[in-house]
Amino acid sequence: MNIHEYQAKALLRTYGAPVAAGVPITSLDEAEAAINALPGPVWVVKSQIHAGGRGKGKFKELPEDAKGGVRVSFSPEEAMDNIKEMFGNTLVTKQTGPSGKQVNRLYIESGAAIDRELYLSLLVNRETGMTSFVASTEGGMDIETVAEETPDLIHTVDITPSQGCTDQDAAKLADALKLDGTAKTQAVELFKNLYTAFAEKDMSLLEINPLIVTESNDMQVLDAKVSFDNNALFRHSDVQELRDLTEEDEKEIQASKYDLSYIALDGEIGCMVNGAGLAMATMDIIKLYGGEPANFLDVGGGATTEKVTEAFKIITADPNVKGILVNIFGGIMRCDVIAEGVVEAVKQVGLPVPLVVRLEGTKVNEGKKIINESGLNVIAADDLDDAAQKIVKAVKG
Amino acid sequence: MSILLNRDTKIIVQGLTGKTGTFHTEQALAYSNTQMVAGVHPKKGGESWTSAGGQSLPIYASVGEAKEATGATASVVYVPPAGAAAAIEEAIDAEIELISCITEGVPVQDMVRVAEKLRNSKSRLVGPNSPGMMTADECKIGIMPGSIFKKGSVGVVSRSGTLTYEAVYQTTVAGLGQTSAIGIGGDPVKGTEFVDVLELFLADDDTKSIIMIGEIGGSAEEEAAQFLADEAKKGRSKPVAGFIAGRTAPPGRTMGHAGAVISGGKGGAEDKIEAMRSAGIVVSDSPAGLGQAMLKAIG
Repeated sequence: MNIHEYQAKALLRTYGAPVAAGVPITSLDEAEAAINALPGPVWVVKSQIHAGGRGKGKFKELPEDAKGGVRVSFSPEEAMDNIKEMFGNTLVTKQTGPSGKQVNRLYIESGAAIDRELYLSLLVNRETGMTSFVASTEGGMDIETVAEETPDLIHTVDITPSQGCTDQDAAKLADALKLDGTAKTQAVELFKNLYTAFAEKDMSLLEINPLIVTESNDMQVLDAKVSFDNNALFRHSDVQELRDLTEEDEKEIQASKYDLSYIALDGEIGCMVNGAGLAMATMDIIKLYGGEPANFLDVGGGATTEKVTEAFKIITADPNVKGILVNIFGGIMRCDVIAEGVVEAVKQVGLPVPLVVRLEGTKVNEGKKIINESGLNVIAADDLDDAAQKIVKAVKG
Repeated sequence: MSILLNRDTKIIVQGLTGKTGTFHTEQALAYSNTQMVAGVHPKKGGESWTSAGGQSLPIYASVGEAKEATGATASVVYVPPAGAAAAIEEAIDAEIELISCITEGVPVQDMVRVAEKLRNSKSRLVGPNSPGMMTADECKIGIMPGSIFKKGSVGVVSRSGTLTYEAVYQTTVAGLGQTSAIGIGGDPVKGTEFVDVLELFLADDDTKSIIMIGEIGGSAEEEAAQFLADEAKKGRSKPVAGFIAGRTAPPGRTMGHAGAVISGGKGGAEDKIEAMRSAGIVVSDSPAGLGQAMLKAIG
């Protein structure tokens, strides 16, 4: 689960991180009060959307030469002009896709006097099985480019969970970032606090780009991106409250209510599969035979008839779907449960497009029997290859 | 021969009394008389569990007691996500040799903690978010469907549960059969990696060839390919076929498994396939071509 920059900063502030004063607004009525609450002389107006690249992004509704999604303003009037121009418009960045995202929240923040821009992030390093800091002196830019072109400027420090981030770990990072004096003292404290926040709140990513050293040699968190481990949300009700549903796809929200893993794609063949690997492989084989998958959908291991019915409804609600492939290899998932769900769903929403069903594994005979006796117009498939060919043929003719 | 488990393996079940634990323990008991010997439940010690078929297993209050009483060397964990890590840690403390965690959705920070404990222990953990493991006609731990197995010569290792079944099913149809199949699980922090299982398969005389099923995200497949290439240089090699799921997945999105996400150009399918082919692995373009790829690799 992702949260906005202003939410991330508010959270990090509770862990003692140095962040600038700022006020989020969700309507233009709040703009003047927000500007007046900050002392100036510089106000930064930042679009709050769940995507990176905001500064270089372009607003769809504005002329090509208009400024991007993060704007520095040198007077209250200029800040107000920027707020009015940005609010409610659609920001397109390299991470939003061409359709962009509507800016419904802005964050007005005091400007900072920047001396140096650094990069710092925390993530779970799957190679070492530990939480790792990634740090670089090359902040403020695309870190993947830095990693590719100058890998020696990327420093990684693994944290031993039982010890947490030690003074030595933090000092190693501070040295890698070439910090000294008050900045180094502040950084050591900051790094330890960031690790605590990461571990306590079950974050999956904490990225500060840039982390800045100000002209007075103080540390400041200038931008913050935080994602949480969905599997740990059950123990953080405070984090759950930060979720912004307007940033998420409606079908994906509906799917998550039923604990289904669903991702909308652009193709015409709807897929319902058990297991993430098989679901991806099903997309792959559809493409191999010249079709395009309309979605990724993993019904998971513990699916009930109700969940399967809901999954089917979500797939058929997509107007691009010209055919559906159900591909189940039951282990923990029983084929009879899937079959009952499909039959129930078709009863409820009808079957406007061709449906190919491939069942294998646990309770396969019971599942096939339910489908056969239902009288539904279902195309049965023997194996994965057969299933993929049949659905592509049914859709493409 | 086989790897990790055989007909002599005695297994205890952590989370036996739940619906999932009950169903799959019944299935295991029905598969070649797999030796499921006890259940563990902190509040139900001294009680017993009875399967639908009328078989009874004793329940102990702790893994330590269950191990002491039964001589079990393996444990399977069906405990729900919130308690799964604690269950694994209890099994590590009891020095259970082989721990198989089926639970899906274990918080990553919990696994980071478990991984540290595991490094200084006598235990091997397979999973979490794993379908478990099987040795054909001998022993079933976890949730793989027994009916698709056939005793034979292929070793199967996979990051994805249901694709493991495809590999098993297709090698059965191809007439090859399997020695053992190991599902290492789809989570980013896990107990056992491809390289660990490949080492065991290379050392096992009955395993004549290997299928390895990977997916996008991370670099475990690249490391596995490098390992096989290095071992081949030392004269240790077996025919290997493979598949990588997620060629068509959009970058930056997590596809169900916490592990399956391409980020920043790393962990993409094409890089993995290239690394595997360079190591002499026959990589199938289609998930339906696993059996054929295996036959081709054997030549």
